[in-house]
Amino acid sequence: MKTFATLYRRIDAATSTQHKRQALVDYLRAAVGDPEQYASAAWTVYFLAGGKPRQMISTKLLRQFALEATDLPEWLLDECYHSVGDLAETLALLMPPPSREEDAPLDLWMNERLLPLRERDDAARLAALRGWVDAMPSDDRLPFFKLVTGELRIGVSKLQMTQAIAAATELDAKLVAQRMMGYTQANRAPQAQDFVALVAPAEAGEEGRPLRGQPYPFFLAHPLQAPLSAFPELLGPVDDWLVEWKFDGIRAQFIHRAGEWWLWSRGEELVSDSFPELSALVDFLPDDIVLDGELIVVAPRSDARFAVDDLSDLRPFSELQQRLGRKVLTPKMLRERPVALIAYDLLEKDGHDLREKPQRERRARLEEVVSRAHACAMQVGADLPLRLSPALTQPDWESFARQREEARARGAEGMMLKAMGAPYGVGRQKSGANFWWKWKLDPMSVDAVLIYAARGHGRRSGVYSDYTFGVWSGPPEQTDRTLLPFAKAYSGLSDEEMRKVDATIRRTTIENFGPVRSVRPTMVFELGFEGIGPSNRHKSGIAVRFPRMLRWRQDKPVEDADTIEALRALLQAPSA
Amino acid sequence: MTKDLIVPAAEGLYCPPGDFHIDPWRPAALAVITHGHSDHARWGSGAYLCHEDCAPILRRRLGDVRIETLGYGESRDIGEVRLSLHPAGHVMGSAQVRIEHRGEVWVASGDYKLEADGVSAPFEPVRCDVFITESTFGLPIYRWRPQAEVMTDINSWWAENARAGRASVMQAYGLGKAQRLLKHLDASIGPIVCHGAIEPLNQIHRDLGIALPPTHNVGALDKSGLSRCFALAPPHAVQSGWIRRFGDHSDAFASGWMRLRGNRRRRGVDQGFALSDHADWPGLLQAIAATGAARILVTHGSGEALSRYLREKGYDARPMATEYGDEEGEAEPNVDADIDGV
Repeated sequence: MKTFATLYRRIDAATSTQHKRQALVDYLRAAVGDPEQYASAAWTVYFLAGGKPRQMISTKLLRQFALEATDLPEWLLDECYHSVGDLAETLALLMPPPSREEDAPLDLWMNERLLPLRERDDAARLAALRGWVDAMPSDDRLPFFKLVTGELRIGVSKLQMTQAIAAATELDAKLVAQRMMGYTQANRAPQAQDFVALVAPAEAGEEGRPLRGQPYPFFLAHPLQAPLSAFPELLGPVDDWLVEWKFDGIRAQFIHRAGEWWLWSRGEELVSDSFPELSALVDFLPDDIVLDGELIVVAPRSDARFAVDDLSDLRPFSELQQRLGRKVLTPKMLRERPVALIAYDLLEKDGHDLREKPQRERRARLEEVVSRAHACAMQVGADLPLRLSPALTQPDWESFARQREEARARGAEGMMLKAMGAPYGVGRQKSGANFWWKWKLDPMSVDAVLIYAARGHGRRSGVYSDYTFGVWSGPPEQTDRTLLPFAKAYSGLSDEEMRKVDATIRRTTIENFGPVRSVRPTMVFELGFEGIGPSNRHKSGIAVRFPRMLRWRQDKPVEDADTIEALRALLQAPSA
Repeated sequence: MTKDLIVPAAEGLYCPPGDFHIDPWRPAALAVITHGHSDHARWGSGAYLCHEDCAPILRRRLGDVRIETLGYGESRDIGEVRLSLHPAGHVMGSAQVRIEHRGEVWVASGDYKLEADGVSAPFEPVRCDVFITESTFGLPIYRWRPQAEVMTDINSWWAENARAGRASVMQAYGLGKAQRLLKHLDASIGPIVCHGAIEPLNQIHRDLGIALPPTHNVGALDKSGLSRCFALAPPHAVQSGWIRRFGDHSDAFASGWMRLRGNRRRRGVDQGFALSDHADWPGLLQAIAATGAARILVTHGSGEALSRYLREKGYDARPMATEYGDEEGEAEPNVDADIDGV
């Protein structure tokens, strides 16, 4: 734990990406050179790259432990938690000093102590915690409780970890990215040999070839924010680009190799079990093939006769959400909310990695594969949950811009632009003309009033950074109108703005409800969001998706903020 | 029931039978000052009464004002009350104010800490019936490590930077924290630079007999000196041109607020050292118990939480509203407080 805790503190204290990276590289170099450390390094990489084991101790039990260990009243523990903004840190700060100190490597902690806790009862868990914490140096407690609560949140991305491994081992970053695929899956217990497999010298012919059910790293898109007038210069002629709808679903890779199939989400989680209907693809797609595409709920249908790129039956993202995170998929759910894979890229065919082939060629072969599968399915009357993302064509960028306005009506968020001559890259590429661009619609927006504020977490702990917004229930002439809460947002402000808002909140507080304050309405914000739908959870009867603050309207008095009618109008617009 | 000896008034804490204010935030006729920080010693009162070691600080801050002084334990009758000052251990010349009236004793703590810092006279508990305590760090998450340990960390940080050939720039409050740091720095590591806003306060301490290591103006050091130096500056100075003299450097902030990770991250400094001139949670409880007081009034900071906790322990405790700030610098930066005395 000491080695991990030291690395944790070094990364946590780093004020620049460069320092963070150096801390990782130093650690990895030492680990690679010391076989004794392989097993703990396997876990270290897992956690820092975002791996989260299923929670080993419930929050409730941890609180109980804290109350016993500190002899504090519960309200005071809450008060401390609200001030700190993080349970693990609160626990670390409150624990009495250790009576003795011992150290054990991270793998022993995980494999022999923490993971087995799941099989034990609460009394045994509490007893174990008591003994461990009493023998733990104060400095190691924060990372320890972070592991236990599963909230490491230390600001290392998978990409940074990949680059650090590449730098420490002098391996090609693409190769490391390939080896990292699936490494951080939940409920995995990485072993020494997994770390060895990550850092081993490249074998001849390895070239980043995935094994069996392993996916390729996803190629990620950059937001396109240039004005339309700059498109010709930035992008060149429209013919050089494959233009598609940007779907609002779950990005996924479908792998069919050696008679088996796997479905991976963008977050590198294996999600095959959540979408069993995709097993039908195996019957109609050739073996040794990998598709990249989007999972979306489609309307159930009785007739299997439809065009392969017919997308008239896409359902909103909220329906897909209902499919996620369910332990048991009922037949009713599968019947009412079936999903389809909208394929937009072909990464492997006949076992050959096609990623270096230009987009144009991959697209042509994708059309061929999907059309053939579709035709086969039609012949036997099967409803194949596979579509082809249509390639959109227009004579110029202005026409595309006009067509993009239809996106919401089609259940899309905008358009994707992919260079016809470009290979399929790895991750979010930093430079070059080979970007995938996402050209999203401007968000919908209203001017709303800040009515509640809560203190934030992590870097914003102690600062009122999470806000609830309301719109007026009626027009200004209605004297008894009230503010109806409809959205929470916490992003979009600069640190400077947030400091000012925080100060205003403290000055205008009406009432405290634990960590939340109601405030006198004085501040108006332009609130942007991606989607809107009816909701019976909110007083306003409306829920919005991805709300964030676009602008602090310091110029606008609260009386001029929008009314609920403005939201209802957006709800009724054909785009919703 | 007898009348309260100290009540909140528009100008600040007021003692009716003595007709004076304690640390008033608006001008008063007679201001009894617990210590020289800018949120406690404000300009404009007719006359000031403070500890003799606080007087030079007050004079530097407020200029030519009428100041009378007392030694620790020395008493003076004012109106119907007998007043005396007792060590608070917060900064040089800081005092608790003891007020006795017809057999009843009240003590207003001002700011205090229990650990002896080697610069100010160490805190002494004073028995009383009613204790007005500060609560800047009035939550159990605030528990300080011994000063010696924190100073070892600070000296190691400096030594490591000096070896790597970069300056160590420490942000700290100019009165109190700065001299406490200076007192315990290991001057054998390299030269020490003090910002112009801090040096006059160092001089006051030296004049009062506190041995501090030699300090330099930033202009007095050559490149090699700067690359090994420890530099002390008030937080506002790090945004000024002053900081650029050091080139590549590591920065740090010394304050009790640095105990929380979120505060460290927000500060954006390389190191946050939790070193405070205020009492931590165990310190507050210990100080309160030592007074023997049954009634506790809690000023600034986490007044609500500490009061409620004390009530549950059987005290008659409640918060008392004041306008004192927090010189350790997490609240809205107060330029006056940062510069102090300039």
